[in-house]
Amino acid sequence: MRSPFPFAAIVSQDEMKRALLLAAIDPSIGGVLIFGDRGTGKSTAVRALAALLPPMKAVEGCPYACDPARPGGQCPHCAGMHGKPKAITVPVPVVDLPLGATEDRVVGALDLEKALTRGEKAFQPGLLAKANRGFLYIDEANLLEDHLVDVLLDVAASGENVVEREGMSVRHPARFVLVGSGNPEEGELRPQLLDRFGLSVDVGTPRDIATRVAVVQRRDAYERDAQAFGAEFAKETATLQRKLVAAIKRLPTITTSEAALIKAAELCLKLGTDGLRGELTLIRTARALAAFQGDKTVEPAHVRAIACMALGHRLRRDPLDEARSTVRVERALTEVFAA
Amino acid sequence: MTGQMPSAAAAADDAPAASLSLWDLAGIAVAALAVATHQSGGAQVRSAAGPVRDAWLASLRALLPPQTPVLRMPSAIGDDRLLGGLDLAATLATGRPAAQRGLMAECNDGLLIAPMAERMATGTAAHLAAALDRGVVVTERDGLAMVSPARFGIVALDEGEADDPTVPPALTDRLAFRIDLRELSHRDIAPFPYSADDIAAARLRLPQTNIDTEALNTLATIGEALGVPSVRTLTQAAAVARAIAALNDMPQASADEVSLAAALVYAPRATRLPATDPEDQAEQPEPPEQPEDQLQNDSEQANGETRPLDDVVLDAAVAAIPAGLLAQLAAGMAISRSRRAGKAGAQQKQATRGRKIGTRAADARGAIRIDLFETLKAAAPWQRMRRSKETAEDVAAPLRIHVKRDDLRQARYRHRAETTTIFVVDASGSSALQRLAEAKGAVRLLLAECYIRRDEVALIAFRGQGADLLLAPTRALTHAQRALAGLPGGGGTPVASGLIAAQALATQVAREGRTPVIVVMTDGKANVARDGAHGRPKAQEDACNAARLLAATGFSCLLVDTSPQPQPLAENLARLMQARYLPLPRADARRVAAAVSAATGGAKSQKGAA
Repeated sequence: MRSPFPFAAIVSQDEMKRALLLAAIDPSIGGVLIFGDRGTGKSTAVRALAALLPPMKAVEGCPYACDPARPGGQCPHCAGMHGKPKAITVPVPVVDLPLGATEDRVVGALDLEKALTRGEKAFQPGLLAKANRGFLYIDEANLLEDHLVDVLLDVAASGENVVEREGMSVRHPARFVLVGSGNPEEGELRPQLLDRFGLSVDVGTPRDIATRVAVVQRRDAYERDAQAFGAEFAKETATLQRKLVAAIKRLPTITTSEAALIKAAELCLKLGTDGLRGELTLIRTARALAAFQGDKTVEPAHVRAIACMALGHRLRRDPLDEARSTVRVERALTEVFAA
Repeated sequence: MTGQMPSAAAAADDAPAASLSLWDLAGIAVAALAVATHQSGGAQVRSAAGPVRDAWLASLRALLPPQTPVLRMPSAIGDDRLLGGLDLAATLATGRPAAQRGLMAECNDGLLIAPMAERMATGTAAHLAAALDRGVVVTERDGLAMVSPARFGIVALDEGEADDPTVPPALTDRLAFRIDLRELSHRDIAPFPYSADDIAAARLRLPQTNIDTEALNTLATIGEALGVPSVRTLTQAAAVARAIAALNDMPQASADEVSLAAALVYAPRATRLPATDPEDQAEQPEPPEQPEDQLQNDSEQANGETRPLDDVVLDAAVAAIPAGLLAQLAAGMAISRSRRAGKAGAQQKQATRGRKIGTRAADARGAIRIDLFETLKAAAPWQRMRRSKETAEDVAAPLRIHVKRDDLRQARYRHRAETTTIFVVDASGSSALQRLAEAKGAVRLLLAECYIRRDEVALIAFRGQGADLLLAPTRALTHAQRALAGLPGGGGTPVASGLIAAQALATQVAREGRTPVIVVMTDGKANVARDGAHGRPKAQEDACNAARLLAATGFSCLLVDTSPQPQPLAENLARLMQARYLPLPRADARRVAAAVSAATGGAKSQKGAA
């Protein structure tokens, strides 16, 4: 398989890169929704992120890649095991949910091979199982069929996939970071789906010609020789990976300042974002940012830096307000942080 | 770049693309497409079926290497055939799951031809687009997971008339070439000056053929000047320039190739004309004026020698802009974006997608989707009996599942009927301005509601001489808001034109499998006739006729009377078109919204099923 496009080689699109990194540092942020025109390199970035993540340990032979450090029958496979499981190192999974996927492949279904050849009723895990502990990427989330969206939302929220079909009853862990891309010109996403994503970013066509040319040239160099291109960015990739690993390690030690908490609350109040989810995501993302930047404490500046991506998609849709949601967040930021 | 200057200077005398006829350009496109079939994505060919298109396609086929797969994709293709999946016949015959490759995988290293591409479903276009982007088809269906290589090019045959729905933009965006053969007759057809050997040699040379930064800068500058900033288009133009260079046996794309690429890829996509007059550019090598300041930085960086090259290429591109588009651009008309956006709803024939609501015995005729699991379940109880019969004959028979035709089960799906609400807003002077504001308020409320229901909305306004479709059916709330905010008021009241436009749109919507609901907001004081002539009696007569016609269609209609006092005129109109009548003076925006909800109520009953 061809090595993916190096994350470090992605030209501009800083907001998108930052959002993806933060979501990888703290999966509980709840994933990223990337809005943008066609051809702005959304899917490239997600696949690149996967290659950046350090490999993880998993129970050998477990279709759900359970963590050997956390035994205790998390899944049907590991529940039946005795003794200490054998651990193997596997890359963090990034699972694509292709358009046109059928529900049986997403949630898992009767294993046809076994059913047909041996008359055996066995469960064949689906894409949700494959994505456990990794990323699930939905390209063009707005084109996904509604009933699949419902399933995804439910599983993403509970971290568990419960299958009740074809006479089978299976439950297995399915914790993953949902990354979706969408094009607002193709149709709106349901508000429930929007809210379920932790962060959202808009990506656009690069504004200046030099950047556009750089995008095309890098892409071309990659297409010609992916290996050599990857080697060219090996140093940046290694640096970024070190920073990412350090941030993940540092995350539990990050404290949050009172001032940052107050600003976050004020901001959410001002914007009228419903529920606690927005505020929680705001703080979590600010913590991830602090960890990434090597700071020990979350300060109001961290909150400010990520407010747009954490709240932009949570604003109550106001058909009378022409302003883009990011503009509204900026407005509120100026007011809250001026005080 | 010094090596290229002579050719650039030579090209300045006659910009290469400027002197070429439409058919010549189409020929270069054929050759470039044959060389870089996958890299270019393919071509959108606008033309009715006929000898010109056939000749173009035949020459494309003749130029491709003989073993190249060239497959036609029916516009109503199902996902199972397109993506591949379980091969039921083979599965049942062999007793183990057998996969079937989809059409896209079969097209690998070849060409996919999509006739009637303007009728293509959005979902189909999305699959094609995903395969073009990745070069593989990822199938996760029917209990099977497959990744098959699928590097192909697409020729989308667009037979749409001007007002018909266009090929989904998600697809056309990925096709480098846009070729318009509509202006050509069979007399223009001449053999293209390429042979299959030329193409084969060029295909071999293509990987070694380069394009340098200067040339890329030139193409990007052209894109900026013509209002096509997309990076994807730039990539396509670069790929086309390289393909033409490979054809010309050049190691690197020169000014000529860049000009041709700009003419082929950028010109048909132009959304504006360069700010400076083309004639002045020869004397004043100045970049087209752009509001963005980064252009200046860029031109400084790429100034001097390359500037004339930019001009030459720009001239070539402008010269190649199709006449109709050029006229539109020259008139300063914004190219309507709203027409291209929006999402076509799923066809509402016999639903084969959506939520599965159960199964039934399979219909033996026609294309159906077998529900394999249910089929196996139905067959299960009989296995022992059927097997004992077999083993009696042959003891060594393998363990097989016996499925009979009676066992076959077919899934039943429920697909939500989608509604398109068409607002027909009277924006004339008689519909006094404050009433217009109230109507806008009501429409906004309804928009918000349609958004929640994921219904589509469309907006038609009539004033002055006629009616305009301000917003083609879309779910994009932002478009709707923009169209509404920009709705001007004043002028005559051509009620008839408004109703006729609404009927045309509603018919189109119904044809696409959705349910149209028409909401007319007017005071009914028609004073402009269908033909644009002023005069109250004729205008009224036309309006009444249009209303009767609308009633005959049976679409559900609602007329909101926007006059300060309820008018017999508007009420009469409502009666003629068999619409519910709702006078606005007694109804605030919320009541209008409620009334429309009631009118659309039938179609969106299953909202709660989640």
